[in-house]
Amino acid sequence: MAESVTLDMRGVRKSFGATVALDGVELTVRAGEVCALVGQNGAGKSTLMAILAGALRPDAGEMRLDGAPYAPRDPLAAREAGIAMIHQELSLAPHLTVMENIVLGVEPVRGPIGLVHRDRMRQTAERALAELGHADIAAGAVAGDLSPAAQQLVEIARARAIGCRVLVLDEPTSSLSHDDVGRLFDLIRCLKAQGIAIVYISHFIEEVKQVSDRFAVLRDGRNAGGGDTASTASGAIVGLMVGRSVDELYPRGARTPGDAILDLASVVPGDATLTLHRGEVLGIAGLLGAGRTRLLRTIFGLEPVKSGRIRVAGVSGGENPHERWRQGLGMLSEDRSGEGLARGLSVADNLTLSHLAPLGPRGLVFPSRQRAAASKWIDRLAIRCADPRQAVGDLSGGNQQKVAVARLLHHDVDLLILDEPTKGIDVGSKAQIYQLIDDLVSLRRTVDGRQKAVLLVSSYFPELLGVCDRIAVMSRGHLGPARDVSEWNEHSLLMEASGARAS
Amino acid sequence: MERALAVDGSVGRPGVVAKRRLLDETGVLIGLAIVLALFGALIGPQFFRAANLELIARQTVIVCIAALGMTMVIVSGGIDLSVGSVVALATVVTAVLLQRHGPAVSAIGAIAAGAVCGIVNGLLITQLRVVPFIVTLGTMLLVRGAAKGLADERRIEAPLTWLNDLLRTVRDGSGLLLPTGIWIAVLLAAAVAFTLRYTRFGRHLFAIGSSERTARLCGVRIWRTKVMVYAIAGACAALAGVMEFSKLSVGDPTVSVGLELDVIAAVIIGGGSLAGGKGSVLGTIAGAAIMAVIQIGCSQQGLPNWVQQIVTGSIIVGAVALDRWRGSGS
Repeated sequence: MAESVTLDMRGVRKSFGATVALDGVELTVRAGEVCALVGQNGAGKSTLMAILAGALRPDAGEMRLDGAPYAPRDPLAAREAGIAMIHQELSLAPHLTVMENIVLGVEPVRGPIGLVHRDRMRQTAERALAELGHADIAAGAVAGDLSPAAQQLVEIARARAIGCRVLVLDEPTSSLSHDDVGRLFDLIRCLKAQGIAIVYISHFIEEVKQVSDRFAVLRDGRNAGGGDTASTASGAIVGLMVGRSVDELYPRGARTPGDAILDLASVVPGDATLTLHRGEVLGIAGLLGAGRTRLLRTIFGLEPVKSGRIRVAGVSGGENPHERWRQGLGMLSEDRSGEGLARGLSVADNLTLSHLAPLGPRGLVFPSRQRAAASKWIDRLAIRCADPRQAVGDLSGGNQQKVAVARLLHHDVDLLILDEPTKGIDVGSKAQIYQLIDDLVSLRRTVDGRQKAVLLVSSYFPELLGVCDRIAVMSRGHLGPARDVSEWNEHSLLMEASGARAS
Repeated sequence: MERALAVDGSVGRPGVVAKRRLLDETGVLIGLAIVLALFGALIGPQFFRAANLELIARQTVIVCIAALGMTMVIVSGGIDLSVGSVVALATVVTAVLLQRHGPAVSAIGAIAAGAVCGIVNGLLITQLRVVPFIVTLGTMLLVRGAAKGLADERRIEAPLTWLNDLLRTVRDGSGLLLPTGIWIAVLLAAAVAFTLRYTRFGRHLFAIGSSERTARLCGVRIWRTKVMVYAIAGACAALAGVMEFSKLSVGDPTVSVGLELDVIAAVIIGGGSLAGGKGSVLGTIAGAAIMAVIQIGCSQQGLPNWVQQIVTGSIIVGAVALDRWRGSGS
């Protein structure tokens, strides 16, 4: 087996500015083997795979494919070398047929002007599907009409049709039902038997145990360990993923829970039941795609409540964003550039948009008052911008996020719903947001004695453990019970979130 | 909160704000000055005689009034293709009402009809979730058909009233200097500029046009705001129709075919962006004026109509190219 190394990555380094994303990472995958690549969000898995796929160039390191040096200039070169990626979001052209998708970019042609050879196209597609044991998918069907599982199969067939030798599956089960997951695993075994090297990325430890031969753990851009999957316990793999202590990044003032401010009773989507009080930070842990964002959006009225009851300060009703703001709720979107902020508008417009009423009498907005209101928060939060009139899109990520947070402060909401508030921002801005959360809920700083409440979603467990008073875990669309933060650690959060506890 | 940490690499760029504003606000005015200077040089000082300038203003006024509503629609990220048809409907409604009622009632009735068309546009867009381009493409035909049906496919004669004098040059001694219609346009322009800049509704329009998802997150009531803006645009188009009636002195259901394109062009030349979130009243007026100056200048210079069309077309494409260049300059 030692000679049949298909992919060998050694000493791969990559930094973005001052942030070191990968620091000498190694990854070896043999032909006919499934290697699971695991690690927490931000551990460097995506960066490593982007380098493999030719989307990023490494700063240092060496890659070999079947023993030959491999240094793709762009994703096309990587594809030609036989690297195929199946992403979490499927990337078929929905209006084209299955066979057109399978041969996309490598269409068989004939004649002097390159007419598409439709018969050969159909043959190629049918052969690729048959090889995967799924001749049941019609080559002439429109891709968009297929189920997610069938679409994924077509993507894999496409990878086969272009002759891939290394197949990367990035969270392939996130959009599949339980039965489809089983079929996918059968297919992976079939591909293995055909001598393809497979990199399997997943947060779900039980899947890793089930499907992979070996595993490699990344943590903070370094190899944290790896080995034979069968002979390693789930807990040991999780231990390798976590393996770190919480630093002193998280201030914590005296907090005493007050009145209930939000009350959920079996709210679907999310299957959520919880009560949140003033003076309390409640965290929702979970992995990407667990349904946390959907729950927050439902609470805020951005998505419909399918069943269950939401009460804000004892009152139900008003399930739309406009009413939620009036009830004293404010939400920070996880999608900062697409939803959280209107990039073309000024800092002042963005900051005051939800609450223009105090900026002038009877439906009027005085630009000078708007600028003054914005300047107050620009100073308080040390937002770096040239002028409140500057377009918010010109600011750095951390400063943009502070503008989005400042909107909730300008509105003076009682309950702050924060979805990944520190995603993609620098450590200085992070520290400031942690400080701010503590100031809002703890007694010592509140002016009128009315403490705020914070509902926080984060994929970064140390942050949740550092900031929250209680944490509930969401896994596969279900919210578990909220327990005191002292009852949790990174290990147990990850076990719960990845469903490892159940197995 | 006071011990704020500033460990951030980026530094704000002063000057950026000022430069952008300069381009947005004055670029089109410079364009207008260039076009005026060009025809002034070609035709001579008589081009700038008061009577000629008034002619330009009169020529602009119909497009301009409709374009004020369109500016608001485009700022909100929408578009209204039914403008030309609403103008025609308004001439017909005015003429029909004049046969039984006074001129003021007739004009108000026509404007109300335009507002109803706009409300229908807004409701279709927000409730059926169909893109504005398609909805107003449909209502363009719908309203045109309604106008023809109402007029029984004929021109409707109407008694002469003061409505016919709206765009007539004022006689000396009345103290008005300019025709009433131009004053109405000026007041309306001021009102729209004020609305866009100083009201919650105006700021909401910019927010929806810039990012509808952000506006929704921030509690802006999207459908209410959109229905309102299309209603206003319809009313503006109908007011332009009353002006058109004043020129024609009959109700004509076949008039103003394709006017919506001139109206949209005025907004776009004036710095509006079809992607939404951008546009200004001053720019729109200058944009409409540029087109009128080219039209009148060309005809006074004796240039054929095709030259005029080529020049106007080039200016539209040039203005949009400038818009993209401004957009990518950040």
